[in-house]
Amino acid sequence: MATAFAIEVSGIRKSFGKQVVLKNINLNVPTGKVFALLGPNGAGKTTLINILSTLVIPDSGSVLVAGYDVVTNKERVKQSISLTGQSVAVDEMLTATENLQMMGRLSGLSASESRIRATELLKYFDLAEAAHKRMKTFSGGMRRRLDLAISLVVGRSILFLDEPTTGLDTRSRQALWNIVLKLAASGITIFLTTQYLEEADQLADEIAVIANGHIVAQGSAEELKSRIGGEVIELRNENDQIIREFPTDGSMEGLKRVLDQYNGSFSDDARVSIRRPTMDDVFLDLTTEKQEVSS
Amino acid sequence: MTNFPITTETKAATLGATNAVFIGRSLRHSLRNTEALVMAIALPIMLMLLFTYVFGGAIDPGGDYVTYVVPGIILLCAGYGSSITAVDVAADMTNGIIERFRTMPIKSIHVITGHVVASLARNLLATGVVIGVALLVGFRSNASFWEWLGAIGIIVLFILTFTWLYAAIGLVASSPAVASSYGFALLFVPYLSSAFVPTETMPNWIQGVAENQPITPVIEAIRGLLTGNLDNSNVWWALGWCLVILLGSYVWCTWTFLRKAGSR
Repeated sequence: MATAFAIEVSGIRKSFGKQVVLKNINLNVPTGKVFALLGPNGAGKTTLINILSTLVIPDSGSVLVAGYDVVTNKERVKQSISLTGQSVAVDEMLTATENLQMMGRLSGLSASESRIRATELLKYFDLAEAAHKRMKTFSGGMRRRLDLAISLVVGRSILFLDEPTTGLDTRSRQALWNIVLKLAASGITIFLTTQYLEEADQLADEIAVIANGHIVAQGSAEELKSRIGGEVIELRNENDQIIREFPTDGSMEGLKRVLDQYNGSFSDDARVSIRRPTMDDVFLDLTTEKQEVSS
Repeated sequence: MTNFPITTETKAATLGATNAVFIGRSLRHSLRNTEALVMAIALPIMLMLLFTYVFGGAIDPGGDYVTYVVPGIILLCAGYGSSITAVDVAADMTNGIIERFRTMPIKSIHVITGHVVASLARNLLATGVVIGVALLVGFRSNASFWEWLGAIGIIVLFILTFTWLYAAIGLVASSPAVASSYGFALLFVPYLSSAFVPTETMPNWIQGVAENQPITPVIEAIRGLLTGNLDNSNVWWALGWCLVILLGSYVWCTWTFLRKAGSR
């Protein structure tokens, strides 16, 4: 189904017991694009991806995936999606080929179609040499690649990737990024979660930042970077303890604004230094801003 | 790297294909889990030899103990073999693969069916080994073909009952290690029955437990069928107990699976 948005989320809330995990999430993912949900651990990324992939039912709100409701039309949604979860979901006791063939059969392919497809995918994911080795012997990067290959056994139009590169070394991460970009070029809609700004930047057409169950910012990588890309000014006291940190946009104008704003609030003995923003600053900046907007 | 090979969307797998895949998967697991497979075959041999040559002389100096003990060892081994199911099921539920199955357009509960069928196959193999070794060490049966068939039928029902029970335990357990220790506890139940010694030899209060627990009629029914002095009431009690526990375990399994692996 070719709707403008592959995923439409409106007003999603979810709690587990007393813990509120998602508070009124709204977002639209354009068909054929790569969408990254960026946020720290515990922000609600996995819960949201689990709702989108029918594993978890939201308390309220509605989600359309490929035009179908994830609660009332779950079976149709499952036929349009494929999930690569956070923990690698391969069968340790089986070989790479057997894993792929099993998922092929479960996805409705015949035995011979599954065989052909397995060979195709192993070649594409650079796993042909390990085709008949058991998963137990695979490295982390190989497992992740096979995990992703399994998700692509049949052509689903929407692919969910929950923290696809967490725990991988730089080289494996780069290899996985290349694959995701290739998949994106083939027209699949990709929804991924990540805690790395760089990953969202490299892969995504559009990024939503999630913190404490809220979407605190949404836009292209460029748009977000311009909001959070400036240096951070640190003020320290005579004992070299940080009194205050504030982000700037990197311009002279911005620096003046900061100085005006804090003029006189701190002692003149305070030491000033400047550093590049970290991911923590990004989240801190965005979550603080959100609270200001909502208050 | 070449362009990604796109396929067209397919229709969902049939129920038959889903079950065939899960059964095939579990059978492969059983064959490849070498330690468990070796134990499943070695345990019956060891127990058979232990009870015949070590305990047998003291229990029945006449040397007929082997004939008495065969049904007990069959059930003891079936109990052990079925307990592996708890570990397999717990592993599937905790290592992430169930999430993938659940997002596919299939009935993911059939992953349990796969483990049950594999357990039945493993345990029938173990039963075959017990009977083979028993014949070698002097077990003789005058049972007819139909009596053998009846005995095997009860053994199959017993294996299925215990396997579904262990599958439910595997679903409830928080990890494979926990599942394994729950399973261990249940393995003592056959000792408190007429499996190894007649219940009359036990103290009164234990007799009450031993005579009225499910294993005893199952043992007595199999023993009666194989040695030719069958008391029909034992068969009915055996069938009744097994069917009740089987049904209960199946319902427990389905309910737990839906609660744990259904949508939350």
